[in-house]
Amino acid sequence: MTTRTTTRAAALAATGLLLSACGSPGGGSGQAGAPSFEGRGPITYVAGKDTTGTVQPMLDRWNKAHPKEKVTFIQLPTDADAQRQQMIQNAETKSDAYTVLSLDVVWTSEFAAHQWIDELPGKRFPMGKMLKPVVETSKYRGGLYAVPSSSDGGMLYYRSDLLKKAGVAQPPVSWAEMTDACAKVKRLPEAKGMSCYAGQFQKYEGLTVNFAEAVHSAGGRVTDANGRPDVDTPEARKGLDFLVDSFKDRTIPKEAITYQEEDGRQAFQSGKLVFLRNWPYMYSLAQKSGVKGKFAVAPLPGLNGPGSSSLGGHNMAVSSSAKNKATALDFIEFMTSEENTATFLRDASLAPPYAALYDDEALIEQYPYLPVLKESVLRAVPRPRVVPYGDVTAAVQREAYAALTGEKSSAQALKDLRKALRKTAAE
Amino acid sequence: MTQTDASPETTGEGRPRTTGSPAGVRTRRPDRATAGAGRLAALLVSPTLLVLTVVVLYPTLMALKESLYGPKGLDPATGFISDTEPFVGLRNYAEIFGEAGARFWNAFWNTTFFTVVTVGLETVTGVAMALIMHRAFRGRALVRAGILVPWAVPTAISGLLWRWIFNSDGVANALLGQQILWTTEGFHAKAAVIVAEVWKTAPFIGLLVLAGLQVIPKEVYEAARMDGARPVRQFWHITLPLVKPALLVAVLFRCMDALRMFDLPYILVGAQKHSVETLSMLAQNEAANVRFGPASAYAVILFLYVFLIALAFVRLLGTDLVGGGGRGRRGFLRRGEVTA
Repeated sequence: MTTRTTTRAAALAATGLLLSACGSPGGGSGQAGAPSFEGRGPITYVAGKDTTGTVQPMLDRWNKAHPKEKVTFIQLPTDADAQRQQMIQNAETKSDAYTVLSLDVVWTSEFAAHQWIDELPGKRFPMGKMLKPVVETSKYRGGLYAVPSSSDGGMLYYRSDLLKKAGVAQPPVSWAEMTDACAKVKRLPEAKGMSCYAGQFQKYEGLTVNFAEAVHSAGGRVTDANGRPDVDTPEARKGLDFLVDSFKDRTIPKEAITYQEEDGRQAFQSGKLVFLRNWPYMYSLAQKSGVKGKFAVAPLPGLNGPGSSSLGGHNMAVSSSAKNKATALDFIEFMTSEENTATFLRDASLAPPYAALYDDEALIEQYPYLPVLKESVLRAVPRPRVVPYGDVTAAVQREAYAALTGEKSSAQALKDLRKALRKTAAE
Repeated sequence: MTQTDASPETTGEGRPRTTGSPAGVRTRRPDRATAGAGRLAALLVSPTLLVLTVVVLYPTLMALKESLYGPKGLDPATGFISDTEPFVGLRNYAEIFGEAGARFWNAFWNTTFFTVVTVGLETVTGVAMALIMHRAFRGRALVRAGILVPWAVPTAISGLLWRWIFNSDGVANALLGQQILWTTEGFHAKAAVIVAEVWKTAPFIGLLVLAGLQVIPKEVYEAARMDGARPVRQFWHITLPLVKPALLVAVLFRCMDALRMFDLPYILVGAQKHSVETLSMLAQNEAANVRFGPASAYAVILFLYVFLIALAFVRLLGTDLVGGGGRGRRGFLRRGEVTA
């Protein structure tokens, strides 16, 4: 009898745990009207885990200058999805625990539409000195909801030693040039067993980034300026076809369908790839590997000439349920100032939003890729800026993956993608 | 009877003793035991019930209520999401049978498939492990520790470990001499999850079965040996029947765990992969996209599913244990059968 009851109790407890883990109350109401940035006092700064150790020293500087308006650093997990979830939880419960949020660039629309963040007074911030595509990521329906604190753009890493040996003087500007250069390199004895190109094609956010880049680089677009889907076009198809055909003729190795950033980096560093699309973070790591001094970077190639990158990076916003918003504005101004973003670039290699820093001689000496990155960011097109970004990226990943694995033709995939995006937009 | 059930749960709390002492005095009278003892029992259980209400009942009811609401809509004029969630009744449940249901049923079958296959394989390997761990030989402690290590590894970590193994140029492909892309969509992704899950949780069944094995008296085997029963026959007619109660509890726990499987496929293969998406992953994904209504509906369905399976098991266990009185007595009865 006892055993029976305990088992039942255990069963109940176990199922209860399941529910309490999944069920989450929603509801609540947001306040309308123009936000007022009043109140001074202690605030919090909420961002993903700082692995570089550069954030706290910066906050210490602020705290020293503002002893009555101290900032406490709340570190969230490294994983972006987990950060977003905790920020949403804080917003849905109308908690004032979080004041200044460090948002991934693709979250701006969602947070703005839910009124989880306040519209900011645009005149206070030097948006004119920032790179234009970066500024775009901080807007929702024309209003400024966040201030860019860092940016990021894709670059083409290539084996300069092999290209030189094969007689290719310049890095490729278009996809055709890239495959040509690759064919020449592959005739070299030392290029035996190498593959031509890779990016991030695993079914995750990286695939959305790479798909959007291919489409934009061929002159197409995923969504129009108002977030409406416009992906079932001949241009978009040429972009997707480049990836699909490259997989078919092994320009992209078969296993690249499982690649995330790190897998591609490993493959490039162990000499398996001639070209690789990756973020700037890889530069200093590759300098410490077997390909040290044997590689260089160039802007991403496109269909007919230079391509366009997707944008990474973070924006700072003020939580709408927070207190001491006047302090919050000052703090954002402080953190996103040209001087302090330069410090973050120097100490944490975070790409700054300011154009001038990319031309700084001393910084270029430290990060030789800066001119290329500037070009990449200037030509960049942000990923779709839509409210239900989670649904949009899931649909993009699903259809692009189906096309890359040959499950669907690229025409069919784009047609289905347009249908799926329309459905998410209608909801 | 109820008193014996309740007392182990309230020991250590100490609170019931102090509350309402006159009632306590009255119930201690042996002549009118039933009503008074019942009241005392209720009193003793009440803290537990209170805790259960707060941590189990309340969230369950909240999830049930939430599942009747739809996602907030976007006002096209202002560009803002509306403040309130619309009441949609049972539509979140009804949609499972509609166009949007394909994803749910895929997750439902994945969950069921993983549960049946992994628990089946785990039972076989777990029992084998227990038999090995139970034998007396040199280095037994080492083998026991070795077998239990996977169980001690957190699931998220084991997911990462296996992701390395199943990498395109990982150990699995090197051993097989083939290039299988395990983390892509397809049956191989399911296989990868099953292998990692069985590796990790078979020791759990092994551990519980080992505990069951240790209470089987040695005389039973001696008698069987004297009667000339060979090891295989001993296993089927003595070991397995006697270890069955422990084994069933282990299998029940594993089933409930497997039905809620989330972290292993999520980390090993990835979110959004339809080949390995389970109900928990689906509910999490909906909640992550700020659709708490459908997410709650999926969670409620999973809750009912787990509850039904648990209930079926408890019934099964109950009928098996009732009348037996205790494992020992049943054991001797069985010995009678064997020796007869």
